[in-house]
Amino acid sequence: MKSVIPIGPYHPLQEEPELFRLYVDGETVVDIDIEIGWNHRGIEKICESKSFDQVTFVIERICGICSTSHPIAYVQAVEDVGGVEVPERAKYIRTVIGELERIHSHLLWAGLAGHFLGYNTVFMWAWKYREPVLDIFEELTGNRNHYAMMKPGGVRRDLDESKFESVAKRLDELVPKLDLLAGAFLDDPVLHARLKGIGILTPEKALEYAALGPTVRASGIAKDIRRDHPHAAYDKIDWKVITLPEGDVFAKAIVRVLEMYESVKIIKQCLEKMPQGEIDAKIEEVPPGEGIGHYEAPRGETFHYVRSDGTNTPVRHKVRAPTFMNLPTAKATVVGGTIADATIILAAIDPCYCCTERMAMTFDYKSKRPIMTGMDLVKLSQEKTARLRKEMGV
Amino acid sequence: MQESVLDKLIEDLGPKLKNVFKKSPRRVYLNVEPDGLLDVARYILKMDGVRYAIATGIDTPAGFEVLHHFDFDKHNMIVSVRVLADRDNPILPSVATITKAAEWIEREMHDMLGINFEDHPDMRRLLLPEDWPDDVFPLRRGKPWEGKVPKKI
Repeated sequence: MKSVIPIGPYHPLQEEPELFRLYVDGETVVDIDIEIGWNHRGIEKICESKSFDQVTFVIERICGICSTSHPIAYVQAVEDVGGVEVPERAKYIRTVIGELERIHSHLLWAGLAGHFLGYNTVFMWAWKYREPVLDIFEELTGNRNHYAMMKPGGVRRDLDESKFESVAKRLDELVPKLDLLAGAFLDDPVLHARLKGIGILTPEKALEYAALGPTVRASGIAKDIRRDHPHAAYDKIDWKVITLPEGDVFAKAIVRVLEMYESVKIIKQCLEKMPQGEIDAKIEEVPPGEGIGHYEAPRGETFHYVRSDGTNTPVRHKVRAPTFMNLPTAKATVVGGTIADATIILAAIDPCYCCTERMAMTFDYKSKRPIMTGMDLVKLSQEKTARLRKEMGV
Repeated sequence: MQESVLDKLIEDLGPKLKNVFKKSPRRVYLNVEPDGLLDVARYILKMDGVRYAIATGIDTPAGFEVLHHFDFDKHNMIVSVRVLADRDNPILPSVATITKAAEWIEREMHDMLGINFEDHPDMRRLLLPEDWPDDVFPLRRGKPWEGKVPKKI
């Protein structure tokens, strides 16, 4: 017998509003319908009424986790309109901030993934080790989040070189903790049983849906904006793109863990090689025209299109967040699995709904449908892990 | 590297392209007629390392402009294909019939600008609620601003 399980729209999975309708036959999911639009804030429209400089502050608030990847993409789009060349030092600073953000974002995801699976120790660890990264942010930029470092033409503040040594030292201290986290994933037989072979995104499907970031890299396709479309200082640094061929949830987790090592490598090289000089090209006016900027955010490519008519505000500012492309892949990954696996498969793309939706609206929700809450679903997922543990005698 | 790929593309698509604008080696804009859009999109998507990025819909005085952006990951280039839809009867061919990646963004443009996409596989609302009025489109513009605007950013 087929039945429908609505999940959401309030407090499902990652504490953000979305509605998944799972069509199930017994325990097996046979189809999924995704409804978004519960959290639209009209940011694209707001940007049209702000000056080019003010827009950076608005779009920084699109997302609290990857709060610098949208500004990096946006300022590159504005620079593309005018054909502005950014000073070298500013490029290196952008790279440092962007990579620090990747570490803290991946750690945050690892913690949440642990929580969904009923591994609350992993959750506590990951979030504990995220703290030093946020402390580094506070020292370098003045803020733990929303650093306001990017501006069209360069960066807003210079980094204090006297702090580089202690930052590099703390990043070195982070590496053994990443080893610990990688070990928690790699050595645990229950996690293997729980994550391997579920939610497989085949390379063909990944290309068909144009999936991005760790989601596509875990399917064995080496696509990374940092390497493919070099910008900031990425072409001057030695690093490699992480890929794994399996495409399951386990691969997605491991890709993220391994990427953090690469980020540590990138930041340390940037701090060593940081050139002296200007940090701002001092853009006074933006000429009429259009520009595109993109950046590899922790979840995949953020894409910004800006059109200017010569005034001080954009005529149109289009924002595409990575989750907008990654979320539809759920149709390929969730279908065929069980309900208890749906939570972690849906969480495996590291969805970010506040990024995906940017339009304001009021909502009159009349129909009263029976709703399975996120809590119930997380519980279901945690129970499955507990059951596996018992069976395997761990 | 970008030049050779682009030259071949322009040569092969020749008459379907109304205008080619190379803003920089990494950013290219192709203007096409609506009835040529699907052929151009199909050709570009078959090329090596090309990925559908997103589309931008803009309300301009001439009509609704839709730019389909394609990321050329192997050639460090973004090609945007521009089509113009008529303001009174905005109908465009649906790229979602070729690639699934365009499905959501065409639904979004349908919500926000009221552009209809022919043969789209699933033309439900994506972002607006079910009881949103049928003739209100949040990203359509009213009368253009005629006052002075400062230039300094």
